[in-house]
Amino acid sequence: MEASSNTLSRTLLAVLAHLGLLAAWYAFVALGDVPKYVMPSPLATIKALFDANYNWWLNSGVTALEIFVGYFLALGVGVTLALLFTWSKTLEAFFMPLLVSLNMIPKVALGPLIIVWFKYGILPNSMMAFSIAVFPILLTTARGLRETEPELLDLVRALRGSRWQLFTKIQLPGALPYIFSGMKVGAILAVAGAIVGEFLSSDKGLGYLMLQVQVTLDTPAMFMAVILITLIGVALYGSVLLLERLLVPKDARIA
Amino acid sequence: MTEPFIHLSGVRKTYRRGGEAHLAISDATFDVMPGELVSLVGPSGCGKSTLLKVLAGLHPQDEGEVRIGSGTHAFDPARDVGMVFQAPLLLKWRRILQNVLLPAEILGLPMGEARERARALLGLVGLEGSEDKYPYELSGGMQQRAAIARALVHDPKLVLMDEPFGALDALTREKMNLELLRIWKESGKTILFVTHGISEAVFLGTRVVVMTAGPARMADNIAIELPYPRTLDMKTHHAFGEYTRRIYRLLGME
Ligand SMILES: Nc1ncnc2c1ncn2[C@@H]1O[C@H](COP(=O)(O)OP(=O)(O)OP(=O)(O)O)[C@@H](O)[C@H]1O
Ligand SMILES: [Mg+2]
Repeated sequence: MEASSNTLSRTLLAVLAHLGLLAAWYAFVALGDVPKYVMPSPLATIKALFDANYNWWLNSGVTALEIFVGYFLALGVGVTLALLFTWSKTLEAFFMPLLVSLNMIPKVALGPLIIVWFKYGILPNSMMAFSIAVFPILLTTARGLRETEPELLDLVRALRGSRWQLFTKIQLPGALPYIFSGMKVGAILAVAGAIVGEFLSSDKGLGYLMLQVQVTLDTPAMFMAVILITLIGVALYGSVLLLERLLVPKDARIA
Repeated sequence: MTEPFIHLSGVRKTYRRGGEAHLAISDATFDVMPGELVSLVGPSGCGKSTLLKVLAGLHPQDEGEVRIGSGTHAFDPARDVGMVFQAPLLLKWRRILQNVLLPAEILGLPMGEARERARALLGLVGLEGSEDKYPYELSGGMQQRAAIARALVHDPKLVLMDEPFGALDALTREKMNLELLRIWKESGKTILFVTHGISEAVFLGTRVVVMTAGPARMADNIAIELPYPRTLDMKTHHAFGEYTRRIYRLLGME
């Protein structure tokens, strides 16, 4: 009882904080007499949503698609590589230092190159999202898989368990908290990656739209675009969080 | 006379890492009869864990003979070994019953039967009612009991225990000793029990195998002729003291 009323009051406080920010925004614009092109009111921002010229549905859809493609590619590649590394020490010793070095490259700096390689459109922007999101997922997964107790491996080997059983019953569930922690970081980075890609070159997407309306100083539309990008990120992050709730017992989760 | 269940003779084991060779066991020679509980003592690093790994088939020996099973007691290396370590090593994302079932899953045993067996074993180790708990909800001693149930769930003929009570406090440890003797009597398993506790070794074992500082050689193989069921007050008996003194002497600690 104690605990649930505590959660309730915490949720309430969280909602209040967000509403407070909204109210402060409104008050600032209404009382401060700020020009609309500097800071639009919440109402003006919502109105921008009804401007059909901006193709909100299409642009949001394109951005979301870029993010999801890049993100799931990062997830698949990251987890698979990490798995291969636990199976072959040589492979790990060869690739891991290389990957750590590659991780040092500011991925945003690759933008112009990625455009040269993949032209423009959804693919290069997905690749931007992928290149940023893959490292945290790969590195945390590899760490989680390494963390398995050697005696637990002995236990399975003594029963002549297969590599696949070892992976599905011991290593993967043991690494799951780590994978999720990498996935959470990756989700936020994937959104940033896709938007940077759109800023650099694109003909659709919310990032592209922001550059278009920047020229006409339609600040309400820019605000709306930022809000929509954030919502896409929240949806992705929220799904990851939800999945973690379902798959990882509370005791095993890491922040 | 019955055939031994385990026959070790001249077993030698070297670890190789890179170019370096490290002799862990130089000569292990002893027999274990079916249904015995043999304690294995020796100084740290003398190769006790290594010997258990050889017996579990995890590392083949370099030299010597390892024979497990006999005409009357067939031995299947995949299905007839149960292992318990110093740490319970329960999977923290599984409930206790699911943890106990792990070996049955790996061996692909019929799950309905295995589940019944697991419940019965949890009763045997005094954990009825904890089936649906997560490991973190149990004390260290209770987790170790669950680990023992897990080692028995596939009904192995041989149970290898590597300092299973080493992490427990003295009181819990004595309690677990009594429990282990009861479980051993009820299950009829052959048990090899590695420990640093000399009094524990004597209290539990039908025999105590003493190994010298590594690389392990056999120092002695002592039959403990104290009657079962053993009770804690036997530790104050004269004969008990004689046995422990003898082992301390063998280990050069007197
Ligand atoms: N995988 C391994 N590779 C190389 N050397 C090893 C390995 N495992 C153990 N050793 C070495 O072999 C020797 C025996 O180790 P082992 O673990 O069998 O000793 P132990 O008797 O169980 O010691 P303790 O009582 O401390 O558990 C030690 O010197 C140890 O350093
Ligand atoms: Mg050891």
